[in-house]
Amino acid sequence: MSVHKHDDLPAGAGCSRACCLRAEGLGVTAGDQVILHDVDFHLHCGEITALIGPNGAGKSTLFKTVLGQLPHTGTIDFQQAGGKHTRPLIGYVPQSPSFDRGDPVSVLDLFSASISDWPVFLPTPKRLRARVAECLSRVHAEGLIDKRIGALSGGELQRVLLAMALEPVPHILILDEPLSGVDIEGEKQLLDMLDEVRTQYDLSILLSTHDFATLEEYADKVILLQSTVLKAGKPAEVLTSPEFREVFHLTLGRGVG
Amino acid sequence: MELWYTIVDLLPFDWAQPGSMYFMKNALLAVLVISPLFGILSTMVVESRMSFFSDALGHSAFTGIAIGTLLASAWRLFAGVDPMWVAILFAVGFALLFTYVRRKTSLASDTVIGVFSSTAVALGIFLATFGGGSFTKYNALLIGDILSVEPVKIGLMALILLVVIVLWVCSFNQLMLASVHPALADSRGIRVFWQEALFSAAIAVVVTVTMTWVGLLVINSLLVLPGAAARNVARNMRQYHLISLLSALAAGIAGLLTSYYIGSSAGASITLYLAIFFAVTFCFRKQRL
Repeated sequence: MSVHKHDDLPAGAGCSRACCLRAEGLGVTAGDQVILHDVDFHLHCGEITALIGPNGAGKSTLFKTVLGQLPHTGTIDFQQAGGKHTRPLIGYVPQSPSFDRGDPVSVLDLFSASISDWPVFLPTPKRLRARVAECLSRVHAEGLIDKRIGALSGGELQRVLLAMALEPVPHILILDEPLSGVDIEGEKQLLDMLDEVRTQYDLSILLSTHDFATLEEYADKVILLQSTVLKAGKPAEVLTSPEFREVFHLTLGRGVG
Repeated sequence: MELWYTIVDLLPFDWAQPGSMYFMKNALLAVLVISPLFGILSTMVVESRMSFFSDALGHSAFTGIAIGTLLASAWRLFAGVDPMWVAILFAVGFALLFTYVRRKTSLASDTVIGVFSSTAVALGIFLATFGGGSFTKYNALLIGDILSVEPVKIGLMALILLVVIVLWVCSFNQLMLASVHPALADSRGIRVFWQEALFSAAIAVVVTVTMTWVGLLVINSLLVLPGAAARNVARNMRQYHLISLLSALAAGIAGLLTSYYIGSSAGASITLYLAIFFAVTFCFRKQRL
């Protein structure tokens, strides 16, 4: 996997950065119900974009749409560094479920099942184990390789899932509420990790969150979604906007951000 | 079979004398083929919470036998056809339909199973007693008799074992991912419908074919107990499979020998050994952190 450095490459047309994902007029309906309509946004590489909005605003639906799992109207265009239009390779970190604590699935099992065809019930070849260990080391989690997934803490699990999403290294990394179920220490670790990942691989990161207090520290851009994009921009802009206050029924003019 | 008889003649048991007790030697070979099969399938039955489903399959297998018997007596075309074949078809159809309905409905899985299971049992009893028929002839199915196993059926089971192993090698990773983390499996582009369908069809075939030897009442325990016992102590998928397989095999052999010497049902004896394994592993279960 080559690492694109946008500084060395010509900018994509109409985009300040070398690679970008441009969504225009996205719409998703289920039956007669409109879940998303007229959604426009850009993702740039090397940037973290936070998607916020109340429950049921369509955040997960938007993720599924970008992942190509849902039929939709509108266009999603991805331009690689150098200007080539391709399907983007997307790494996805789903919302972490609670596993059965007794589940005899180790991190190595889960990982190798998703990156190789080697049956996990047979002894693991050395090369595969080494590859999994290397992937885990990207998120400083190589020590978790033999742990059962049911025995991981919320933060540890997020790191393992992140390592899986980074193999192969994607163009775009999507994380569905990565900070829920993670304690303060775990949250800091995870955000540091994302920062490291984005600079190292120069990928665009899109994540959803309900935690507005730390947004300004890490997010380059915030998208406020409720069926459509109500407001997008720098964290401070969005968090102080009337749209934000209206959506979250805030009576105070401050208290966030 | 000759090769097998030669090998078994070397064993130090009174029934292992050359030239006699072929039914026992056949039964031992059958156990050696059947128990790994249950050991393997059991891992996934427990992992994807399908123990209630496999129970329902047992009921549908009985219904299939009832249909097969009825067809054989009522329709010249089916005269002489082993009801087992009709039962296999029925059970596979049942399994596929179930997998489909489970996907398409918002009802909880156990509700769907309950619907299918009760319908199958009712249909089976209805057909078995149709026109004032007696249910007694089906009693043998409930308990099972492994000593009645014929060499050709053992060959069939060996073939099924081979197919299941191939299925396992090809699909286990994806089945596991889908059961552990459906959203992750989806995002990795795994389309599990057909693999789930194949897996349930495999259980259907295994349950139907072995039911006459193991017994309908205890067959589901063979699909649940090895995996459940292994789950108590396994720390990864390799240990899980190994322990499940070995406990099924050990209980199979021990159960058969016990049933021979004290004259109990083999299926029940095997199940009780598995229950003991479960109790033992439960005591040694891994520490929950």
